[in-house]
Amino acid sequence: MLETLHNLAVGFSVALSPPVLLYAFVGCVIGTLVGVLPGVGPLAGISLLLPATFGMDATRAIVMLAGIYYGAMYGGSTTSILMRIPGEAASVMTCIDGYAMARKGRAGAALAIAAVGSYVAGSVSVIGLMLLAPPLAAFALRFGPPEYFALLLFGLLVLAYMSSGSMLKSLAMAALGLLLGMVGIDQMSGYFRFAYGIVELGDGLGVVPVAVGLFGVAEILATAGQPVPPKVIEPRLRELLPSRTEWRQSVGPIGRGTVLGFLVGIIPGSAHIISSFVSYALEKKLSKHPEEFGHGAVAGVAGPESANNSATSGAFVPMLALGVPSGPIPAVMLAAMMVHGVSPGPLLIRQQPELFWGFIASMYVGNVVLLILNLPLVGIFVNLLRVPYPYLYPAILTFSILGVYAVNGSVVDVWIMLVMGVLGYVLRKLDFETAPIVLGVVLAPMIELALR
Amino acid sequence: MLSVDRVAGAALAVVALFVLWESRTLPLGSLANPGPAYMPVVLALLLLVGGIAIAAVGGQTPPFSSLAFPEWRHALAIFLACAFAALALERLGYRLTVTLVLLFLLGVVERKRPVATIVFAAAFASGTYFLFDTLLRVPLPRGPFGI
Repeated sequence: MLETLHNLAVGFSVALSPPVLLYAFVGCVIGTLVGVLPGVGPLAGISLLLPATFGMDATRAIVMLAGIYYGAMYGGSTTSILMRIPGEAASVMTCIDGYAMARKGRAGAALAIAAVGSYVAGSVSVIGLMLLAPPLAAFALRFGPPEYFALLLFGLLVLAYMSSGSMLKSLAMAALGLLLGMVGIDQMSGYFRFAYGIVELGDGLGVVPVAVGLFGVAEILATAGQPVPPKVIEPRLRELLPSRTEWRQSVGPIGRGTVLGFLVGIIPGSAHIISSFVSYALEKKLSKHPEEFGHGAVAGVAGPESANNSATSGAFVPMLALGVPSGPIPAVMLAAMMVHGVSPGPLLIRQQPELFWGFIASMYVGNVVLLILNLPLVGIFVNLLRVPYPYLYPAILTFSILGVYAVNGSVVDVWIMLVMGVLGYVLRKLDFETAPIVLGVVLAPMIELALR
Repeated sequence: MLSVDRVAGAALAVVALFVLWESRTLPLGSLANPGPAYMPVVLALLLLVGGIAIAAVGGQTPPFSSLAFPEWRHALAIFLACAFAALALERLGYRLTVTLVLLFLLGVVERKRPVATIVFAAAFASGTYFLFDTLLRVPLPRGPFGI
C-alpha cells in the first residue's frame, strides 16, 4: 500500500507539471466537444487527434488522448439532456430521463447530477484501476503464447456476446475484422497476403483509417441530408443546483453505477455503452417507483452517467496490465501508445513507472477539470449545437481526411477510410455492429502470432 | 423471400469464398506448423459458416426491398468528394484540395450562399493547415507553387 502511495505521489509530480496539466486540460476540452457533437464519438475523436500528438512526448500524448476518452463521456450527457440527442452511444439511456427532467424545468439539476455522478465515478474507479492493474500485470508476466491466444480469443467472443444486436452477426463481424487484419506481410514467413501489389498495404490496414471510416465517415454518409436537429432546452445557471431530494435520490445510483461500470469495463466489449444500459435496468429494478422511469427519474440519469464514466477506467485495466484492448476505443488507445513507442502490457508498469503513474494521476486531475468544464461552461458547449449541420459535417469530413492522411502520410489510408466508410454505411443499413471489426483488425496480428 | 439477413448472409459467404480462393496461392501448413494461409483459411471458413447461418435463420427479417436509402444523393456526393480528395491531396496540396472539397459540399450539395461558402472553405483550409502543419508540425502536402 505504501509503495502504491509513493508511486501515486510520483505520478502526481508528473501530472501536475504544467505541460502535462495543459495537455490533460486540452484533452478534456476536446473530449467534451467530441461528446457534445452528435456523430463524433470518442473513437473517431481519438483517431482524428492522434496525428496531432506526434510532436509530443509519450506521456503528454497519452494523457491528452485519455482526456478525450473520458471527456467524451462527460460531454455526451449534455446533448442527451438538453436535446434528446445522444452525443455518443453511451448517453442513449440518459436521453430518456434526462430529457424528461429538462422538460419539467430540471435541466440544470439533471446536468449537475450527471456531472457530479461522472466525477465521483471517474475518481473512485481510478482507485480501482490503480489497485488492480499492477498485481494483474505481475500475474500476466507468467503468460506464454497459449495463454495470450486464449485471452485474446476470449476477448473477441465476449465482445460478440455483449454486443447489443445478434450474437451470430457480431461473431461474423469479428471474423471479418480478423480477416481484414490478415492483409499485409505475414510476420513469420514474409509472404505478402491480399495486398495486390499495393506496397503501402505491406504493413496491413491501419486501425485509424478503419475506425474513422467505420464510425466517422459511415455516420456522415448516413446522417447528411437529414432534417435539422430538434430545439435545444437551455438551462439557467441558477437552476444548476439539484434539490435535497434529488441529491438523496442520486447517491445510491451513483454508488452502484460506479461499481457496476468498473466491473463491466474490465470485461471485453463496448463497456461504456453496455454499462449504462445495465445500470439503467438495475436502477429500474431496484426502484420503489419504477413507473417514474421514462418520466424524469433522477436515478435514470445518475446511474447510467456514473456507470459509463467508471467503465472508461475499468477498460484501461486489461489494456495497461495485459496489453489486451477490451473494446474498439482501448484498441485505438493501444495503437496510439504503440505509435509513441510505448508497449502496454505486463512490463509497462515496471519499465515506465512515470508514464503509468503519471497517467493514473492525470485521470484524477482530468476529472476535476471536467467537473469545472461541465457545469459553469455548459452554455458555451451547447452553443456548438447551433452550428448548422450542413457546415458541421464537411468540417468533420475534412478533419477525418486530414487525420487519416497524417498518420502515415499516405493517400492509401484515405482510400481505406473511404472503403470502410461505405462498408460501415451498408452494415448499418443491414443492422450489423461494426465495433467487432475494429477490434478484430487490432487483435488479428497478436492472435496469429500467439497461435503460430 | 429475399430478406435483409438472407442477402447479408449471402454477401458474407461470397466474401469468405473469395478469401478462400485468394488463399490458394499461399502455403497452408498444418496445425502443428501453420503457414501464412492457415489463419485466413480458418477465418474464411468461420465467416462462411456464419454467413450461411445468418442467411438460414434470417428469413423473418424485413424484405430487402424495404431498405430505404433516402440520403443516397448526399451519401454519393460525399463519397465523390472524398474520392476526389484522395486523388488530389498529393497533387494539388492540402489547402487547395480541402478548399475545393468544401466548395463542392457547401456550394453544390448544400446550396449555401456563395460568399459564405467561399469564406468558410478558404478559412477552414488555411486555418487547419496553420494549426496542424505550422503549429503542431504534422507535415501536410503542398501543391503547385508551394500552396
